[in-house]
Amino acid sequence: MSTPDTRPNADVLRPGWGYASVTDKIAGIVLDDHFGWRWWTAFLVASAGVCALLAAVSWLLVKGVGIWGVDIPVAWGFAIGNFVWWIGIGHAGTFISAVLLLLRQKWRTSINRFAEAMTLFAASIAGLFPVLHLGRPWFFYWLVPYPNVMNVWPQWRSPLVWDFFAIATYLTVSLLFWYVGLIPDLATLRDRAGLHGERKRQIAYGLLALGWRGEARHWARFEWAYLLLAGLATPLVVSVHTIVSLDFAVGNTPGYHSTIFPPYFVAGALFSGFAMVLTLAIPLRHAFGLHDFITQKHLANAAKVLLATCWLVGYGYLAEIFTSFYSGDIYERYMTVNRFTGPYGPVYWAMLACNVLVPQLFWFRRVRHNVPLLFVLSLVINCGMWMERFLIVVTSLHRDFLPSAWGMFYPTRWDWITLFGSIALFVWLFLLFVRFLPLISIAEMRELIRESVKGEG
Amino acid sequence: MAPPFSRSAVLFVKLILLGLLIGIATWIALARWTMTPRNVTYAPVAQPIPFSHKHHVADDGIDCRYCHTSVENSATAGMPSTSVCLSCHSQLFVDSPLLAPLHESARTGKPIHWVRVHDLPDFVYFEHDIHVAKGVACIECHGRVDQMPITWRTASLEMQWCLRCHRDAPNHVRPLNEVLSMAPQKPLTPDEIRQLNRLYHLRDAQALTNCSTCHR
Amino acid sequence: MKTHPIFAIAQDEPARRRFLKLMAASAALAGAGCSGPPAETIVPYATMPEQGVPGLPMFYATAFVRNGLAHGVLVESNMGRPTKVEGNPDHPVSAGATDVFAQASILQLWDPDRSQAVFNGEEMATWSAFDAALQARRPRFERDGGAGLAILTGTVTSPTLAAQVATLRERLPNLRWHAWNPLHDDGVAQAAQLAFGRPLDPLYRLDEAKVVLALDADLFGTMPGSLAHARAFTAPRRLGASVDANRLYVLEPTPTLTGAYADARLARAPHEIEVALMRIAARLGVGTDPGRAADTMLDRWEAAVAKALDGARGHALVVAGPTVSPAGRALAYALTAHLNGPLAFIEPVERSPLDHGASIAALADDLRAGRVDTLLILDANPAYDAPADLDFARLLQRVPLSAHLGLYRDETARAAGWHLPMAHCYEAWSDARAHDGTATVVQPLIAPLYGGRSAHEILALLAGADTRNGHALVRATWKGDDAAWRDSLRRGIVADSAAQALATPAARPPASPPVPAAPPLVALFAPDPAVDGGAFANNAWLQELPRPLTSLTWDNAALVGPATAKRLGLVDGAVARLRVDGRTVDAPVLVVAGQAEGVVTLPLGYGRRAAGGVGEGVGFDAYRLRTRTPLPSLTLERTGRTHDLAVRQKEVDMHGRDPVHVRELARERPQQASLYPEQAYTDYKWGMAIDLNACIGCAACTLACQAENNIPVVGKEEVARGRSMHWIRVDRYVAGPRTLFQPVPCMHCEHAPCEEVCPVGATVHDSEGLNVQVYNRCIGTRFCSNNCPYKVRRFNFLQYANQNVESLKALQNPEVTVRRRGVMEKCSYCLQRITRARIEAEKGDRRIRDGEMVTACQAVCPTRAIHFGDLNDPSSDVVAAKASPLDYHLLEELNTRPRTSYTTRVLNPDPELE
Repeated sequence: MSTPDTRPNADVLRPGWGYASVTDKIAGIVLDDHFGWRWWTAFLVASAGVCALLAAVSWLLVKGVGIWGVDIPVAWGFAIGNFVWWIGIGHAGTFISAVLLLLRQKWRTSINRFAEAMTLFAASIAGLFPVLHLGRPWFFYWLVPYPNVMNVWPQWRSPLVWDFFAIATYLTVSLLFWYVGLIPDLATLRDRAGLHGERKRQIAYGLLALGWRGEARHWARFEWAYLLLAGLATPLVVSVHTIVSLDFAVGNTPGYHSTIFPPYFVAGALFSGFAMVLTLAIPLRHAFGLHDFITQKHLANAAKVLLATCWLVGYGYLAEIFTSFYSGDIYERYMTVNRFTGPYGPVYWAMLACNVLVPQLFWFRRVRHNVPLLFVLSLVINCGMWMERFLIVVTSLHRDFLPSAWGMFYPTRWDWITLFGSIALFVWLFLLFVRFLPLISIAEMRELIRESVKGEG
Repeated sequence: MAPPFSRSAVLFVKLILLGLLIGIATWIALARWTMTPRNVTYAPVAQPIPFSHKHHVADDGIDCRYCHTSVENSATAGMPSTSVCLSCHSQLFVDSPLLAPLHESARTGKPIHWVRVHDLPDFVYFEHDIHVAKGVACIECHGRVDQMPITWRTASLEMQWCLRCHRDAPNHVRPLNEVLSMAPQKPLTPDEIRQLNRLYHLRDAQALTNCSTCHR
Repeated sequence: MKTHPIFAIAQDEPARRRFLKLMAASAALAGAGCSGPPAETIVPYATMPEQGVPGLPMFYATAFVRNGLAHGVLVESNMGRPTKVEGNPDHPVSAGATDVFAQASILQLWDPDRSQAVFNGEEMATWSAFDAALQARRPRFERDGGAGLAILTGTVTSPTLAAQVATLRERLPNLRWHAWNPLHDDGVAQAAQLAFGRPLDPLYRLDEAKVVLALDADLFGTMPGSLAHARAFTAPRRLGASVDANRLYVLEPTPTLTGAYADARLARAPHEIEVALMRIAARLGVGTDPGRAADTMLDRWEAAVAKALDGARGHALVVAGPTVSPAGRALAYALTAHLNGPLAFIEPVERSPLDHGASIAALADDLRAGRVDTLLILDANPAYDAPADLDFARLLQRVPLSAHLGLYRDETARAAGWHLPMAHCYEAWSDARAHDGTATVVQPLIAPLYGGRSAHEILALLAGADTRNGHALVRATWKGDDAAWRDSLRRGIVADSAAQALATPAARPPASPPVPAAPPLVALFAPDPAVDGGAFANNAWLQELPRPLTSLTWDNAALVGPATAKRLGLVDGAVARLRVDGRTVDAPVLVVAGQAEGVVTLPLGYGRRAAGGVGEGVGFDAYRLRTRTPLPSLTLERTGRTHDLAVRQKEVDMHGRDPVHVRELARERPQQASLYPEQAYTDYKWGMAIDLNACIGCAACTLACQAENNIPVVGKEEVARGRSMHWIRVDRYVAGPRTLFQPVPCMHCEHAPCEEVCPVGATVHDSEGLNVQVYNRCIGTRFCSNNCPYKVRRFNFLQYANQNVESLKALQNPEVTVRRRGVMEKCSYCLQRITRARIEAEKGDRRIRDGEMVTACQAVCPTRAIHFGDLNDPSSDVVAAKASPLDYHLLEELNTRPRTSYTTRVLNPDPELE
């Protein structure tokens, strides 16, 4: 899917664009206020969702996790499922911006910025859940190794401690990566705002631009810093979800205790992440007329990645089933059969349909180039991946070793409000992002133009 | 085009950032400092009757167990009942206004409500009897009450404070005959310590620092 | 009437809503916590009591009286607060153990819903007012010998009460004494009447029995002396030692603890059982043969049983229970006598009228005819539980002066003119006898919390006697010097007060009883294992206790057999309309394996209309269908409605994982390799062995643990969600015809999966090998519970512990932390007791002796199924138990190295029936 630099990047950037016009176009989205009623309605709806989330969370803090459907044996419910799901979504962003950068994939240029934003928001939201799901959330900081009057430390054998560090690192690096990438654009916006004589914005962007003057020295350092961060971020794509998967794999519960989990989780993460990229890219390019920047090529590539990862995920499912029977362990075997035929069976089959069956459509070029269909399919995959997380967390627990202790998990309305509230929060943040920051990297687009010009010349 | 920020503005911004940095650093330092164990003196606690250990212990030389009857055989040291106080104060300072609450209690049979000086959280279980039996002196935790006109607390009662002894019990015990003594503890020779250990069969630091030693 | 929040289950609003609402209060409290603890005060005695060290518990020997029978107990008192009940080791019946009711009695004592004032109609009144009202009538009583004066009591064994009535009768010969206890087994006296011409109580000597045939006789459950029975019968089988020492055959219509323990059990309808008895007797040459059974299974069974009984002459026992007709039971006596079985007879321990059915009917007639002018109801609730056809509540209105003495302002209290709060048996002086006649002086541990008085004091009031204080009255009954008196108080039993076995004439087989008719569907009224006859309906501990044979909580349900359910198209929770000659009640159905087809069991004691905040509106009221006709025929139709039943254990099949090993000698356990370092436990090394051969599944351990460890009650909705908090649950598995029980506390694994995954180290091992849970460190990730293969960890999903009601705070064990919302908890092997034992031992510069450290569940177990002690002490009881080749670990393949192990259940089936 890569395109050699010697050829014009026609397929990732339609011809006819020059430095100035690109800048005008992208900066324009932010600077001249043509955010019409559509943005506002979206924003209001999202805000409503955010309020619902706030309400649910306050109630949770007042009452305790008992307002959710969790119980014994199913002590983890939606919260952990949502956590894994969101973290997964985050990964595509890092993958696109860091890995593809290192691989010199030019087509990433026009989508990496909002993909990174997606990562940042998704990861932050994901970070909320493990804290909220605690019995006593106000003590979450006991996972931090800090000297205290109790003379006690975290318990390092617990994957949750590793998890804490994994997430913290991930958030920090993603934030830095994203922000550093923004600096030149912020400077551009500062100057543009200056030209328009909009003082407030000029100051705001100016402060954020950290005094970027676009000198060669700046550029040199910028390139280095950016490359370095990309280097840092790349291993995270693998490490973070590996560690998240260990939260389960380290446990002895049939359905958790499985060595396939790390790769399987990472693949799943990219799968859901790229689905989310599509879910976001398609409305964006439509809303802001970015068809020239976010081209068919981008969407098709994303679809190809989805196809590839869907097979990885599918392999994961197969491996799980195979090992559970091959192991001859009655608990593992029962767990698998229970997934097929148990009370949560329908969810399992729906999940398979969404994650393995439906993506096969991407074999067809026609499908890959049918934008509305792509959008729908991306949504389907998002749902499928959420169901997968749910199944891993719940079905493994609800019937483990002793039949006498078997139980069920029934989500309460608070579970649902929290889930959809978190999605609303994501949308809300994203709307603010497109409103105030360039959703495509101006600097990198300029570079892209330079190269394509060079290619023509 | 003119730069958006004057030099002074830039400097100002930089200063603010610097300030923030320093602020955070000092905050952390402070937090750490407040956590380091040290001998703070706590304020005396006002009581319904301004009872003076100094007078009763130092001047009158009354044995701890005369009032704290159950200190040797129960978790709680025991607070003297009104009748115990009256065994002297039916004769002494009878009309002192300070003792009014005492006589009030004697008349009505309603007990006196003393204010706790050493208050542990409810999830901590401290047992006086075993500490006394193992030669942990009163002053180890309560300090020189014989010098307190009104009782105050001398120990932080933080977990790390408890652990200080529990991690190193042998060096915090005395011969049984000195347990109740208010005299400051004279350092024991290694030999004496060995003897006491043989005598007390102290559990090792591992056992004494089990969570279950104090929490249940 | 205030109801305690945490137990709030009321019919007027869904429990959940009520629950959350009430939680708000406690949550607010939790919030307040942030502002640092308020200054605490220490309150010493004004005058120090004689004995007792502040901070150390004291134990008083007394008795808990249920259905008139004394249950010898030691009540623990912390700084004057009764907090825990233990069995009295010196008492012949309890022998250190108790049943669930005795355990829950402590909550009953502190129940804030108990009646707290004298009522005259709806008006609050005073004792003196009642006294005046009574005294006003005395001249007339004196004049006409107490005509129109009637007393209604429950079952009474109290010599003092009997003596008081006797003296009253001397002065007031026309005084009538009636008795009504809905669970009273009138058949016993009637059967003896038929067999011996006079009422006698049977004493079954199960320790001498080799073959026991129980015909709907719940020897281990509802029968008097059940604890003694269970202990005696299981004794030889402990640890699978000599299981073939005895064999138990049970023929019963509905599952009972006895049936569950039986070596051979068959479920049949009562009339079939009656006929089966006749045939078995006939086979052994007693009575007349009603002809062979059409039912081949039953026929084989009868043959086998007859053979076994015959083979065990001198040690064969036939016990017939309440649903067998008096004639049938007399036949059983005769049969046992014929086999020369270990059955003795004593004078009835009951002093009240022996035929309660007749007695209440007579009273009803008097009331209807207006012959009663003054009625004292002492600790009975006829307005709720009297036979439905009498319509007692309405009759009660006709009495000019009716007074009700009771713990609660219940249905009768509201129907009667006066209500008088009764002192709980831990609040007053009294006395009572056990089923074998052993007498116990009941001594108070605490002054009446709500100004209640005892029945003795009321009778004294009636007699206008000058001594009205309970102590004097009881003391007067027990002649003998103060030394003897003090001795009986100290030991909790009156020296040699046990009844002497009578030399009875051989029971004559009655004129062959008529072969009973067989209705298609028969109603069987049974006491509920949790609320008994309804007296314990307001006891949240009992309401939340999974019923041993159904795992049902917070409800009763009509139990039907699978085939019957199929025929009528009924499933669990389906609401059916029950109709017994015209009267109807709607009740949810529960399908129970091992229930005889054609029999519908209706547990009594629910559907209370005035019980208190916990018991009101829970379940359906089976008394509304119950008349004096035994085993009425009933019809049952679907209503289409359903009712949520909170069943603790949803799955009873073992799925081939056999957590309960049955009759399979455990192989030598190979030491499984492990990556974890081996830990050496040099000092104490605590361990537990649970003997599945002794366990009868009574669930007393669950309640004892709840009482000892301040385990909160969560309410129906939470139980249904799977959030019940019991630290030791009694699992029940149904394997073919058998029911197998397995108590499951924390296993205290040496390689504990929970410990590796806790991020803050809130669950860790201590140096004696206990897996301890540190509440104040726990942040509630619940990972430990996920990783616990035994699922014995319990989580405070909400603020369950009730910190708002004073009396419930007073109930709590001061030695155990009360857990807050958001923390995990679990069995601690009674850490607080270990600590106390260790401290006492260390103060005496010695080691803890074997048997000195006893866990709450171990102490309460009537069959001594739980062994606990130091595994480093080779001579300890627990080491011996674990040495058995039958010893095995639960889920051994996981190599968690549990400290708790089990003894394989070994059965002694009849080869003829296999």
